Amino acid sequence: MVPLNYYLLLSGFLFACGVAGFLIKRNIITIFMSIELMLNGVNLSFVAFAAHWHALSGQIFVFFVMVVAAAEAAVGLAIIIAVYRTRETLNVDQVNLLKL
Amino acid sequence: MNVQTYIIVSLVKIVLTIFILLTAVAYSVWLERKVVGHMQNRWGPTRVGPFGLLQPLADGLKFIFKEDLTPPHVYKPLYIAAPMLAVVFALTSISVIPIGNAITVGKFSTPLQITDVNIGLLVVLGITSLGVYGVALAGWSSNSKYSLLGGLRASAQMVSYEISLGLSLIGVLILSGSLSLREIVLAQQGTYFGFIPRWFFFQGQCFAFFVYLTSAYAETNRIPFDLPEAETELVAGYHTEYSSMKFAMFFMAEYANMITVACLATILFFGGWLGPMFGPAWLQQTVLPVLYFIAKVFVFIFVYIWVRGTLPRFRYDQLMAFGWKYLLPLAIANLVITALIVALRS
Amino acid sequence: MLHLSLFLIFGAICITGAINLLVQRHPINSALSLVVVMGSLAVEYLLLGAEFVAAVQVIVYAGAVMVLFVFVIMLLNAGEEEQTSGSRVAILFGIPGMIIGSVLLAWVLVARSGTGEVALGALPGSPRSIARLLFRDFLLPFEVTSVLVLIAIMGAVVLAARPEAVEHTKKEG
Repeated sequence: MVPLNYYLLLSGFLFACGVAGFLIKRNIITIFMSIELMLNGVNLSFVAFAAHWHALSGQIFVFFVMVVAAAEAAVGLAIIIAVYRTRETLNVDQVNLLKL
Repeated sequence: MNVQTYIIVSLVKIVLTIFILLTAVAYSVWLERKVVGHMQNRWGPTRVGPFGLLQPLADGLKFIFKEDLTPPHVYKPLYIAAPMLAVVFALTSISVIPIGNAITVGKFSTPLQITDVNIGLLVVLGITSLGVYGVALAGWSSNSKYSLLGGLRASAQMVSYEISLGLSLIGVLILSGSLSLREIVLAQQGTYFGFIPRWFFFQGQCFAFFVYLTSAYAETNRIPFDLPEAETELVAGYHTEYSSMKFAMFFMAEYANMITVACLATILFFGGWLGPMFGPAWLQQTVLPVLYFIAKVFVFIFVYIWVRGTLPRFRYDQLMAFGWKYLLPLAIANLVITALIVALRS
Repeated sequence: MLHLSLFLIFGAICITGAINLLVQRHPINSALSLVVVMGSLAVEYLLLGAEFVAAVQVIVYAGAVMVLFVFVIMLLNAGEEEQTSGSRVAILFGIPGMIIGSVLLAWVLVARSGTGEVALGALPGSPRSIARLLFRDFLLPFEVTSVLVLIAIMGAVVLAARPEAVEHTKKEG
């Protein structure tokens, strides 16, 4: 038996790491990965609550999160490629013009 | 069965499986050299042992004793980790593949596979989908243009063909109604008209089989889809900078993947260990199924080699167009039609 | 006991991976530590009995999404992260923010939530039961996400295609 709190603490820690990475990192790809980390943290709490309440719909939500994350990764990476092509940098501080 | 016997039996099975797999890898290399040699009017290996049968052993020794070069410009941690990743994922994916019925000695009975999980097919797909990291990281960490191009090609190719590979299997899953490899085999028992076996290949999954085999060739980077290591344009692709045992690991991973693909094709489309049964009970129960399984896998390995001896390499844009414009629609069409037939039948 | 020790081992791997993602300068190292996080999360899902979720986590996240990330890093030849004045400000606010945030979260969780426990494999999410739920109760959201994915595919193609290449295909076809 593992207390539900442990799972939630792990999930919260992953989410906090994701937020911190989003703020600290300057490389646009790493920022993107931090977002994925946040989504993963949320997924863990979904699955843990599903097990706790014996409701399978919690696991279904994980699939929706995954689909959204995959779609977001595809579009986001395409945007990154487009930005790199015009600005030749991946540093978010240097992508500072509204008009490319 | 108590915990201790379970652990001991599992360990024995793991060691045996790895031993058999590595031997099979070594001898499929021998077989490939021999068969391709004969196809090209050469003899292939003949010097070491009768028919060159000891050649794999000699090759292995040579790989071990060669100098292990590490070029100065590589990114070392990943350069060392990449071949290990490749070989680990290749060896792991065999763990859920069943090769026969359970063997029974007195009261004790154990299935002929390391572990029988009820999502076996997903486990194999998951582990093979991780296999791309070995190739991609090798290409990137070598820090050479040929390796990088090979790694880029490999990751794009493997991700694209994984989709058609996965979709081609769903028809089989609809018919069998299970993800456990053992149950998929057991769903193929019986015959039509007394002589055509009810294998999924003959149950209308022949197009799916074609899609599966083609995308599996692309997944394992074999001719005609061996663009990641195309020697005429990329020197040796992603393993250009590797030598000695690290190179041998990529080699082993490639052939182990070939064997996994052949096993999966056997299980999913050609009835696994099923076949005509005769003789006493012990023969029917243990020996014949394993022999049938090995024979079917051998046929697929031979087809691999045959294709290598026959077909030229694709161009890269042709490869991508083939995967996305022909294989993927074919796989989706097969899925829709199978689902429709099953829905109408019930 | 087994459950707790497995949870702790893979939780520790998970936490190490997440911290490593923040510490590493090179994006490819961050990407690989994220793969480690995802793999150990898949084990955590298995411990909770969500076998199908675990398999999909490995196939979709570790096997496809992260390969895409690695591919883009390789393609753009992304090097080490450069330090700018913006990053110093971000570290100044980011790390305390993270610590405060996680302490707050932990405090709320420990203080507010009950003492519920979950058993090993508490809720078996077999493919069959998942499918029954997904294609009956959640059919509409499922279809909506499929439309979303279609839009994402088209958006990615439009964004990533070079303008010259588009012109070229227009002339040809």
